[in-house]
Amino acid sequence: MGKLKAGWPAWAAIVAQILTHVGALLPLAWLLWETWQGQLIIDPVKEITTRTGKTALILLILSLACSPVNTIFGFKQALRLRRPLGLYAFLYVGLHFLTFLGLDYGFDLDLIRQDILDQRYVLVGSAAGLLLLALAITSTQGWQKRLGKNWKRLHRLVYLASMVDILHFVWLTKDIREPLRYGGVVAFLLMVRVPAIKRAISKARYGLKARWKTRREA
Amino acid sequence: MVKINPSEITPEHVYLSRRKFIAKAVGMGAVVTSSLVLGACGGVLSPRRHELVEGSKEGQEPTPKGPTAEASPDGAVFPTVSATTDELGDPLTSFEAISNYTNYYEFTTSKEGVAYLAQDFKTSPWTVEVGGLVHKPKTFDTDDLLKFPQEERIYRLRCVEAWSMVIPWLGFPLAKLLEEVEPMSKAKYVRFETLYDPDQMPGQKRAGYNWPYVEGLRMDEAMHDLTILATGLYGKALLPQNGAPVRLVVPWKYGFKSIKSIVKIDLVEEMPVSLWMASAPHEYGFYANVNPEVPHPRWSQATERRIGEIKRRETLLFNGYGEEVAPLYEDLDLTEWY
Repeated sequence: MGKLKAGWPAWAAIVAQILTHVGALLPLAWLLWETWQGQLIIDPVKEITTRTGKTALILLILSLACSPVNTIFGFKQALRLRRPLGLYAFLYVGLHFLTFLGLDYGFDLDLIRQDILDQRYVLVGSAAGLLLLALAITSTQGWQKRLGKNWKRLHRLVYLASMVDILHFVWLTKDIREPLRYGGVVAFLLMVRVPAIKRAISKARYGLKARWKTRREA
Repeated sequence: MVKINPSEITPEHVYLSRRKFIAKAVGMGAVVTSSLVLGACGGVLSPRRHELVEGSKEGQEPTPKGPTAEASPDGAVFPTVSATTDELGDPLTSFEAISNYTNYYEFTTSKEGVAYLAQDFKTSPWTVEVGGLVHKPKTFDTDDLLKFPQEERIYRLRCVEAWSMVIPWLGFPLAKLLEEVEPMSKAKYVRFETLYDPDQMPGQKRAGYNWPYVEGLRMDEAMHDLTILATGLYGKALLPQNGAPVRLVVPWKYGFKSIKSIVKIDLVEEMPVSLWMASAPHEYGFYANVNPEVPHPRWSQATERRIGEIKRRETLLFNGYGEEVAPLYEDLDLTEWY
């Protein structure tokens, strides 16, 4: 019975932690290396914008996946990865925004206002960025204590941020199939959170586990 | 060591086709001088053009036969351009960028992925069927196309995605080809079609677009001297990713109007529906003239990034060719007819 409760071995949690930090920093290292090597030759600004944006989205999705991973596989330690994954996502959002503001538009605010501020993908992208900024600031334990019950409510905004992020992607691209694939993943991860569905999955998992256990004992 | 002026070098594919032509001519007992005479360059602010013609031209002395591309039949005559900038003084985009950054959805939607997927694309044999409302329909093969006097045209190319390049094309005015088939007076538009061959063009297997690629021009646009059929760039035959063996180039319109790998040209009465008009009518119109004042519904067109530069630059009305083409649209509301 004790084994059933413990579930995953301790080393799995350590491996997951290492993978999270290394995996989240690798795209940045790779981007810096390629920039340094001059391999982003053709349109480097576009390349940096696209890569930081896409990495941010993937990390955000991975942070959304933590809770479903616990629901489906009973891997409780995944819940501890939500904060670092969210913060890494915000790091890339920041780089993405700075690339847009500085590299692409040379901090020329007039040009940005005339040229692009009324574009809907810029508006929703900025909205998603602001949401994530609020969540990043309040991600510390201090804020968690200060906000108490409201902290959880506030951080549910990440669901909204991820949906707005998908919209940003859909609106800026010419070929919407790719953002729709990401959108499908986000939809699935949000669906698993619906209480009834979540309960059904947990129940099924315990059922499977129990059956597996009895078979092993038999 | 004799210094070779790049403009004296014959473009590889023109040279190769010329050799065939010479062989035929010699067989008939004719004598053909294969010296190259340089045509006059355009004025300061008209697009750079540079004729590459056979024999002597009126009022000009034939250039003495000097070192030419014949010294290197493998085509190591690269790059052959008559100028290093466009008429506005902006430098040519590198050959590397032009040939590795292309929108060609028949292969893939990834601009960097086209060159690899298109490397084995078969461009020979190839024919372009010209018909519809014409008196003399004709099918041209690539040799026929290269018999039109080839010129170099240095044009800006402005993609609807807000990036741009400066490209030294080789080709000839579309008008020359259309004159040969003698359009009927009721022909109002020209409709172009790309090859449909999903085995060679994997992108055509994907649903979502109504292949083959179709584009169209109004008759006066098609007959305009700036409108060319390109067969090469940087002095070499077109590479598959750039639309080999023959493509349209309409420099004052967004790049997607310049249809690639053409197999069919029809003169028609009704305005053709292009692939982009069919797939997203509220985003892409028939005209697609470069216009900083008319934003695409999803992104601005006020600025662009020249490939090779970091900071954005302002987009010019008609891509900077307003002097030549604005008269075509005097009676047209450019916001309504985007």
